[in-house]
Amino acid sequence: MVATDQDIANRDGSDAPASEALLDLVDISVHYGAVIGLDKVSLAVNQGELVAVMGPNGAGKSTVLKAIMGLAPVVGGTVYLRGEPLDVATHEIVKQGISFVPQGRRVFTHLTIEENLRLGCLHVGDRDEQERRLESTLDLFPILRDKRRDYASAMSGGQQQMLAIGRGLMAGPDVLLLDEPTLGLAPIIVTEVFEKISEISQVLRTTILVVEHNIQSILDIASRAYILNNGRLAHDGSPESVRETDILTDVFLGKVGDEEA
Amino acid sequence: MNGNATTASPSLFERGMLMLREKGDLELYANVFVIGWAVIFTLWQGVGFAVTLGTVFCIWAILSVSLNLVVGYTGLLSVGHIGFFGIGAYGMAILTSDTSYELLRTESIPQFGLPFFAALPICVLAAGVAAVVVGVVFNRFRDDIYVLVSFGFAIIAFNVFLSWRALTRGAYGIPDVQRPQIGSWVADGEIEFLALCVVFLLIVVGISWFLVSSSFGRVLKAIREDEQVAQVFGYQTTYYKLAIWVISAMMAGLAGGLLGSFTTFVDPNSFILLESMLLVSIVILGGLASIRGSLLGALAFVLLEEGMRFITYLPSEFIGQVRQVVLGVMLVLLMLFRPQGLAGRYKL
Repeated sequence: MVATDQDIANRDGSDAPASEALLDLVDISVHYGAVIGLDKVSLAVNQGELVAVMGPNGAGKSTVLKAIMGLAPVVGGTVYLRGEPLDVATHEIVKQGISFVPQGRRVFTHLTIEENLRLGCLHVGDRDEQERRLESTLDLFPILRDKRRDYASAMSGGQQQMLAIGRGLMAGPDVLLLDEPTLGLAPIIVTEVFEKISEISQVLRTTILVVEHNIQSILDIASRAYILNNGRLAHDGSPESVRETDILTDVFLGKVGDEEA
Repeated sequence: MNGNATTASPSLFERGMLMLREKGDLELYANVFVIGWAVIFTLWQGVGFAVTLGTVFCIWAILSVSLNLVVGYTGLLSVGHIGFFGIGAYGMAILTSDTSYELLRTESIPQFGLPFFAALPICVLAAGVAAVVVGVVFNRFRDDIYVLVSFGFAIIAFNVFLSWRALTRGAYGIPDVQRPQIGSWVADGEIEFLALCVVFLLIVVGISWFLVSSSFGRVLKAIREDEQVAQVFGYQTTYYKLAIWVISAMMAGLAGGLLGSFTTFVDPNSFILLESMLLVSIVILGGLASIRGSLLGALAFVLLEEGMRFITYLPSEFIGQVRQVVLGVMLVLLMLFRPQGLAGRYKL
């Protein structure tokens, strides 16, 4: 289960040495009963990167994030954070520096926006630090400041997505995992969400691993991209390398079979 | 403005439905109706009836507020709460009663002869200890299965009360449960006992309000909405669920202790599964995740229970059944038109 430096160097095509990756997944396999969700998938995310995971429906994109968070039945492989195996329970992972923004927003609709945000950092005992994080998150998302006393149920889908991302940031993560952050949003809101993700990456220098189906937009802001197909890694490299090849077309049109993947 | 002018005005039925769905109005009307009903009863039946009504209300209110912490705020639909109520009542009976002269007794039971105020904390603790044991098992379940296992607990608790005759005297029940006493002062008068119940109700409401308003309460509400997301944000949800379960059971134990002392007689029939269902109905009727709603629901239930006695043309043997039918019809109507209850915020 433990990856050697050589193993890591062999599979990683990024500029940074793979062994120094902040988040490193080595040969992760996930099985949902007889269904294989992921089959020995390895990927690495370096400090400060914005890495995209793409692929058609059922490729295993969201399963990658769930495997990191301990929400999927991992049957093989290891997740490393800062070079150490991440073998803690789900509720401990946020304290290790990983924050997860799940698909479908899943904000607490019967709580106010401020209560939602505060829930993101209650594990931080220091009240002053909690207030500081709240203020900086409200600065990043002014719409949340304006409506901080409103219930989350009263917000639009786009606003709820901003709230979900803001709640994730309240945890003060080293790595932010975003699962389909633009799913079901109007095009104009999608642009806004991508601008915010880019801002979080470039201004806050937060490392981001994002699963996204909106390929062109995410490639515009990502440092690197992984493409999954049928639970296996089909391609990894820079956004340019993805654009230069036909891999996306092949994967989405089903031209890449299990053998090629 | 033109749009308004051309819009057809809602029919009487539509307006009625709209009113039912608008929380503020209905809650106000329900409060006015239920409290007005209580006042009318008091004026009609006199102060003695009001004192009894008030005492029974306090006990059921403690019970429904405590259950609302689990069902309403945390989203764990338990129908086994009556078990902790029974543990409190039997605790009070066993610890304080003197059955040595009881001629009808079938078996001798342990004699402790503790005073009320020494026994009450033990009742609360006993319910808490039982809740820890049961809660550790219950935490493995959720949703529909949770309801079923809580059913199982209610049935087991009832059968323990009925069958462990060496401790509970089984179907004979335990008489002569003590009333509160401090020195030479004995709260054997109804008003004194009511005052004591009011104090305990205020304490329970205060603790509950503090809990649900705190960050702990926010986590409970988060668990109710999406337990997995709560875990993702660092909350070990099993501990939170166990904590509120135990706190709630201890409150139910307190209510049971008060009931035992109030009636001075405890037998298993007060803790049958039907009583548990009535308790859940009160919580739903008043409103999930609303302390105010639980108080309102308890008052409405007690008024219904006590008030039925005065319907002279109703044969006494049918009163119990009619009461249940009325409550059942109210619940069906609420589920159809106002599933969040009179003052609640969540739907079941």
